[in-house]
Amino acid sequence: MNLLEVNNLVKYFKVGGGLLKKPLINRAVDDVSFSIEEGETLGLVGESGCGKTTCGKTILKLYEPDAGHITFRGEDITLLKRQEMRKYRREMSIIYQDPFGSLDPRMTVGAIIAEPMEVHGMFSGKDKEEKVLEIMEKVGLTQEQMNRYPHEFSGGQRQRIGIARALAVDPDFIVADEPVSALDVSIQAQILNLMQDLQDEFGFTYLFVTHDLSVIKHICDRVAVMYVGKIVEMAPKKELFDNALHPYTEALMSAVPVPNPSLKRKEIVLKGDVPSTTHPPPGCRFHTRCMLAEEICSQQEPALENKGGDHLVACHFR
Amino acid sequence: MGEEEKIKRRTRIQDVVHQMRKNKSAMFGLGLLMIIVVLCVGAPLFAPHDPHDVDLDRQLKPGFWSDDGLPGFYLGTDALGRDLLSRLFYGGRVTLSVGFVALGFAVGVGILMGVSAGYFGGIVDNIVMRIVDILFAYPALLLALVVAGTLGRGIDKAMLAIGIVYTPQMARVVRGAVLSIKETEYIEAEHAIGSSTWRIIFRHVLPNSMAPIIVYSTLMLATAILDAAALGFLGVGAQAPSPEWGLALSLSRKYLVTGAWWAATFPGIAILLSVISLNLLGDGLRDALDPRLKGGAKL
Repeated sequence: MNLLEVNNLVKYFKVGGGLLKKPLINRAVDDVSFSIEEGETLGLVGESGCGKTTCGKTILKLYEPDAGHITFRGEDITLLKRQEMRKYRREMSIIYQDPFGSLDPRMTVGAIIAEPMEVHGMFSGKDKEEKVLEIMEKVGLTQEQMNRYPHEFSGGQRQRIGIARALAVDPDFIVADEPVSALDVSIQAQILNLMQDLQDEFGFTYLFVTHDLSVIKHICDRVAVMYVGKIVEMAPKKELFDNALHPYTEALMSAVPVPNPSLKRKEIVLKGDVPSTTHPPPGCRFHTRCMLAEEICSQQEPALENKGGDHLVACHFR
Repeated sequence: MGEEEKIKRRTRIQDVVHQMRKNKSAMFGLGLLMIIVVLCVGAPLFAPHDPHDVDLDRQLKPGFWSDDGLPGFYLGTDALGRDLLSRLFYGGRVTLSVGFVALGFAVGVGILMGVSAGYFGGIVDNIVMRIVDILFAYPALLLALVVAGTLGRGIDKAMLAIGIVYTPQMARVVRGAVLSIKETEYIEAEHAIGSSTWRIIFRHVLPNSMAPIIVYSTLMLATAILDAAALGFLGVGAQAPSPEWGLALSLSRKYLVTGAWWAATFPGIAILLSVISLNLLGDGLRDALDPRLKGGAKL
């Protein structure tokens, strides 16, 4: 069974506007659908500003969705109120991109990790402390660090604290919002391996938001590619890397650095800039930069269709 | 491990204390303030005479600097022959307590207003901040005079009047701090955990908003004390025979030109020193608490 299903999710933001000026609409997430199986890691990849983080946070209802449905374990949580969401907060957590801004600077590490347990009244007294220490050990923090403050730690260590907090409620589903992109490359692998080890141990499901294809390659089972608020291609990881169908995905793949400089490969350099989600182009959103674009692309939006083997793509020509 | 042992670990409070100790003018302000507070609070212990002991035989006698002075009356006497030094100690109790109580009122109500406006936003924000704007439209002292005049004379009314004057300022400071803290990722993380609104406000938003609240409280206390004295001076605050500094200044100012300068000068100096000490302390606190300034501790 699918742990999470997202159907036609829409999240718009109003930008600017005033007494006499109409606000712009930022179509951050525009009709996005996908599902994640229990224990699976779905990578959500795209350039900055394409709405991938918004998508992850809307699923956790940190933003109110404007349309569509979010179904968690068969229950529609789209319209649940704050209070009704509370029981689901024990099952879903988030790991943030910024290990500096996402930890309360006035709380000790121990208090930060204990916070979710306290909110849900899960453990108390000695039990709570033991549980906190157990989780700290799991993420590679030592007992002595419990009474320290976040500013005393390095980026990688802080990210471990963030992961520990996400684990504190024993969740089934974790949105990882670019968890390694703020870290040094040498630390990235450590954190990714930690996240993978924890997944093996606890069996939770990740929605892994990132812009880094090498991270995707390392940790994901399936990949969804987002472009200006829409999913343009979705496929199992191997299929996507071997046989990218959408021209945008192709371009992305060709931009991944490879260690072998003599390796000849097709290089696709896209022209122009990424359109803003406040002014998405009509028709296929990629047509302004696409090497295959024809007239139909600017008039008609291609649907996300299954091309066999669980490989979905939204393109008129593929 | 050896390296780490050498670097002294400090909590943020210790960090701030460390910053403050390096700041000479702030430490001077703190020291001065503590001396003033101790002398005033301990007035019965330190005052050489009863502040209300009237003796018309020793009217306007000078203090230690003159041969005409009476032994034991170090700063001379006022127009009714009362010991000026003792009256300063006792008067400080009145002036400072008006300042402190008024500030306490402003901080309490200001936090309530600022947090509701900043955290809940929307219509609550609009209503609260328009009330604040209306109060802001009046010059501070004029508003205090109007309120005190309406409520009647007396120091309790003066406390309330000054408190009302500073409430909108505090509300704005708190609202601004809350607005910026509310948007941080660690508050969003609290939502993701499922924390209740009260928990978020009291355990995360307010503690992280304390730095500006502390700084502005200190600076506001200085002006609140000045206003307390001003209301006393203008006759709507403390009433005679209270030794309140502003009142003493007001009643003795006519002797400034007749030669008995000390009767008005010393209450004035007392006000000046209190205000200076608080301003120095407030400036130092701002430097120590504001992480944007180089070398400042993060709070």
